[in-house]
Amino acid sequence: MALSRNISVSEASRPKLPRHARLKFDETRQVWVILAPERVLAPDEIAVEVLQLCDGVRSVADMIDQLTVKYTAPREAIATDVIAMLQDLADKGFLTEAREQTS
Amino acid sequence: MSDILADGKAAGTAPSDGLAVLESQRSTAETFGIPLAVLAELTHRCPLQCPYCSNPIELDRGGSELTTEEWKKVLSELAEIGVLQIHFSGGEPTARKDLVELVQHATDVGLYSNLITSAVLLTKEKLSALADAGLCHVQISFQGNEPMVADRVAGLKNAHEKKIEAAKWTRELDLPLTVNAVMHRQNLHQLQDIIQMAVDLDADRLEVANVQYYGWALKNRAALMPTLEQIEESSRIVEEAATRLKGILAIDYVVPDYYALRPKKCMGGWGRQFFNISPAGKVLPCHAAESITGLEFESVRSNHSIAWIWQHSEAFNRYRGTGWMKEPCKSCEFREIDFGGCRCQAFALTGDAGNTDPACTLSPRHEEIFKQAEREAAAHQDRFLYRNFAGGTLETEGEHGA
Repeated sequence: MALSRNISVSEASRPKLPRHARLKFDETRQVWVILAPERVLAPDEIAVEVLQLCDGVRSVADMIDQLTVKYTAPREAIATDVIAMLQDLADKGFLTEAREQTS
Repeated sequence: MSDILADGKAAGTAPSDGLAVLESQRSTAETFGIPLAVLAELTHRCPLQCPYCSNPIELDRGGSELTTEEWKKVLSELAEIGVLQIHFSGGEPTARKDLVELVQHATDVGLYSNLITSAVLLTKEKLSALADAGLCHVQISFQGNEPMVADRVAGLKNAHEKKIEAAKWTRELDLPLTVNAVMHRQNLHQLQDIIQMAVDLDADRLEVANVQYYGWALKNRAALMPTLEQIEESSRIVEEAATRLKGILAIDYVVPDYYALRPKKCMGGWGRQFFNISPAGKVLPCHAAESITGLEFESVRSNHSIAWIWQHSEAFNRYRGTGWMKEPCKSCEFREIDFGGCRCQAFALTGDAGNTDPACTLSPRHEEIFKQAEREAAAHQDRFLYRNFAGGTLETEGEHGA
């Protein structure tokens, strides 16, 4: 059961934030935050940029393409970094995979 | 309850993930910035009668509770001044008929909402309405892993069965679930099974919280205090389970401070990163603070704003920082680490909230109090004094024990 929360990120994944993790700009402190059970985390600039792309529709491959154009960097390097970062976030429970409605 | 935010555990994780715990990056210590999370105790009414209840002995009556409109105004004000998370607690928060409306309002003003509940009053429809209103996280308290022990501790028949059912609905609705297990001498033998229960319920987190002894729990200390052997065994069990269940179940563990060498950094330090609002609207540095006599707490019903109360009220400033300290705290190298421990415990055990918390080995009272706890743990006086509005009811003889 808990397996549904442990995703393995690949270029085909379409990750999104789970219901209990909210990405939000904190006006008072002027920083981006992730709100999670009993935690408030401050993602860095790059993590925010990638997390904003995680809408459950866009694939990781699309994200990498987009970032490759934006930063005019080798696709391979971007891909390695993005997948590692997303996997880290997923392992910590801040990303889940969009799944088909079963009911 | 444990510190709400930003403990060292999360702050110590790998730096490569682009995440930092906000509190550790931007300390509120110097400026007393507004806390990230606030506890809203909506009511002291509760169908359970747990002998370690964290509510004060003097419970707020239903008639003194803030109205729906008053709570909504509070929630709006909290969001406006920079609070990010709201914990709806009690008593039993679902005893309030307006809970869905309050959760919806929290969502509307951008607050992340957490429900801390005994779950016995929940129905699937009610929980579903709360989810639709934007509830982000559900935390259910358990008194054991099976009805015999659990229902006796709760002082309510069929409580355990209802909790199990509500926990299943929580996951069916895809809400994250924390199992909150309050541990003491009479249920610590079930710890291994409680961990398994949390896994079976598909919980995300388990809080293994040993009872903290003030208020009702202090009155019941002789019936609740674990033995040192029990604590050593449970620390071993938690450590093993945390490793085995990595990625499946996160476990937070709170040890009883009577058996610690250093006191806990209670509430992250008085008035530093936490406040709660009582059912009648008092703004408190901790949920037990009203047990300290001689402190005046301001209310949200006063003419002061919540931000003013946090920054300027006498009660919040009395034990802020280190300036109030006497020896042995005053010259102690740990004074900025634990802030002298818990003010409520210092008051309850020594009569002066400005003394060092006796949980600290440097307190002149430590030895005496620790020995007394050990004696109580060994004496097997198992009868509970149940929590209620009548000042407590002693368990009937013969009800306890198997």
